[in-house]
Amino acid sequence: MVPTNYYLILSAILFGLGVFAFIFKRNVITIFMSIELMLNAVNLAFVTFSQALGKLDGQVFVLFVIVVAAAEAAVGLGIIILIARNRQTLNVERVDLLKL
Amino acid sequence: MLEYLWIVPLLPLLGSAVNGFFGAKWPNKIVNIVAIGSTGLSFLGAIEAVHEFFDYFAQKQQPFHREFFTWIAAGNFRAGFDLQMDQLTVVMVLVVTGVGWLIHIYATGYMAHEGGYYRFFSYLNLFMFFMLILVLAANYVLLFVGWEGVGLCSYLLVGFYFLRKSAADAGKKAFIVNRIGDFGFMLGTFLLFKTFGTLDFVQLFAKADPWPADAMGHLGTLTIACLLLFMGACGKSAQLPLYVWLPDAMEGPTPVSALIHAATMVTAGVYVVARSHILFAHAPTAMLVVAIVGCATAFFAATIGLVQTDIKKVLAYSTVSQLGYMFLACGVGAFSAGIFHLMTHAFFKALLFLAAGSVIHAMGGEQDMNRMGGLSKKIRWTYVTMLTATLAIAGFPPFAGFFSKDSILLSAFQSEYGGRNVGYALYGFGLATALLTAFYMFRLIFLTFHGKPRYDEHHVHVHESPNNMLVPLMILALLSVVGGWFAAPAFLPGGTDYFAKFLQPVFRNVEVVGAEAEVHSLEIWLAAVAVAVALAGALFAYWLYLKRPEKADGLAKSLKPAYTTLLNKYYVDELYAAAVVRPLLWISTNVLWKTVDVAGIDGAVNGIAEGAKAIGDGVRHAQSGNTRSYAVWVVVGALVVIAVIFFWPSGGKPVLGMVH
Repeated sequence: MVPTNYYLILSAILFGLGVFAFIFKRNVITIFMSIELMLNAVNLAFVTFSQALGKLDGQVFVLFVIVVAAAEAAVGLGIIILIARNRQTLNVERVDLLKL
Repeated sequence: MLEYLWIVPLLPLLGSAVNGFFGAKWPNKIVNIVAIGSTGLSFLGAIEAVHEFFDYFAQKQQPFHREFFTWIAAGNFRAGFDLQMDQLTVVMVLVVTGVGWLIHIYATGYMAHEGGYYRFFSYLNLFMFFMLILVLAANYVLLFVGWEGVGLCSYLLVGFYFLRKSAADAGKKAFIVNRIGDFGFMLGTFLLFKTFGTLDFVQLFAKADPWPADAMGHLGTLTIACLLLFMGACGKSAQLPLYVWLPDAMEGPTPVSALIHAATMVTAGVYVVARSHILFAHAPTAMLVVAIVGCATAFFAATIGLVQTDIKKVLAYSTVSQLGYMFLACGVGAFSAGIFHLMTHAFFKALLFLAAGSVIHAMGGEQDMNRMGGLSKKIRWTYVTMLTATLAIAGFPPFAGFFSKDSILLSAFQSEYGGRNVGYALYGFGLATALLTAFYMFRLIFLTFHGKPRYDEHHVHVHESPNNMLVPLMILALLSVVGGWFAAPAFLPGGTDYFAKFLQPVFRNVEVVGAEAEVHSLEIWLAAVAVAVALAGALFAYWLYLKRPEKADGLAKSLKPAYTTLLNKYYVDELYAAAVVRPLLWISTNVLWKTVDVAGIDGAVNGIAEGAKAIGDGVRHAQSGNTRSYAVWVVVGALVVIAVIFFWPSGGKPVLGMVH
């Protein structure tokens, strides 16, 4: 039986990696993937607590997160395709027109 | 009719509304019918009401008083639309509606070729409404409504030719100067309400009557209240030092000068003093002030009138002077004499103005007497009526002015207020004023109607006025002759001092009439002196302006300082401009406008807006458009939230305690 803390630490590491990649990567697809990584890190924490506390709430939440993540992936990929078409780039630093 | 007394003032209001709303597109004839009809009906209604009042009074021996509806009720304060009728009201109502009606008829001729015809009559009818409210009101609040209303109409009508800047300015001047007086009037009524708890005439005077009279020189409550009321009267009736608006008000059309600035509105101050006679009787200091101010104004204005060349300006200063006489009469306790002079003055001064209007009409708009002369043959009826009025105002028997002026001078001579010497001084100045009056009025007559024509006879076609202007002149001339016999003193055959006896029920608390033991010889002597003085003034004017016209210029030259001072009206307007108007303008410009308004109020409002803009300017740089910087903000925010959750001193409730 692996202790609960190990799962949580793994979850935290994955989440931290996601945050790190989200901030420092420039390619919009990589950023998108880092978001997925953060979501799944949270999912891991949910199921860990669900197991540790013997309740199903966490697992139900995980299912919700997966559904939302799928929808978000569809919308997000659509946006990315449009950006790529209009700006001929995937570098987020060059997609900064939305400012004063 | 007495039970429906409210109809009398309401008719002119209706006429005003109808003409004002619909008259613009009507021909003059329909406007005439509405205007003259409404005032004429009002006049008839007033006569009928007066007739019924006499029956009422014969039975009840008290003033008619009716509460029609409550206007303001707050706590123990009540101001109602209450009308009252007593003998004083009778005189005022008949003068206002009667003379007002005649002037309306005259105006249909005088204004026939003017623009804004319906507007003129709408204002004039509105004036009649407010004036009737003023004289019929049964309490000070309703009286004040009329008081302010006539001021408004005066403003509208003085500025009737509003395209002319001088007319618009004169209207404003009349309004603003009156505001100063009205301020005092309001304070006076406040003080009366605070002291007596009511502003209804009947109740107020009943409570004030047993009140102990203030000693001479002592500023008791009643004295202060009376002085404040008199301040309002000074503004409305153009007394020193607030008379400056009346000469300027001559910018209005001549019928307006006759109706508002001679016969009715300007006498409202005298009416208020007479109406409040019970209060004044308890305030000898206030009485003395009234007498001195009236006497000083009478003399002061008469001297200015000596040298004016504008025919209407002479009459304006004459009006100020005659109003001074009325206040002099009130101030020495001869209220009925003051009211009598008010009535006769309404006749002959309205006539003088209307005749002057007829002259101006004949001359095609010329008002300068230096460019008239020799008109008597060309406009005979105007000349005859104006001469009648001049004889009346100068105080020749048997014209109206003789009787009223005579009784005022007699009362001043016998005045006890402030000692005998004060009475003699008042009489002396009154007599000197009579001399000046006779002189400047005959100067006007001689310059206008006699001598050689001084106008261009080829260009000015002098023509007599139409009948609708002449008939009112004749009626008023008749009244100027016979009006005085109402108060013919007892020493004359047929004289019974009827007028004073008529007003006796009103003034019974302050006047003793019919003490037949009076020395008639004194009266006769004073009358003879007054007539002699008037004759001297008239003869001097004759000598100076007809016999030896070249002497007039020589006299003006030899008395140059005095002459220029008079010609410039003692520089009072300049003095006011320097002492009041310009400092006020300076304070308004530099303090109120540029400091308080622009720097203070605008500064605060604009400052707040500028501050918000500056903050926004600084903060907007956070909105870089760079996605990754937003991500950093999200992370920083999340870290802050976590830090707060963990380290907030929340009393040690562990948020994640359930993990264990």
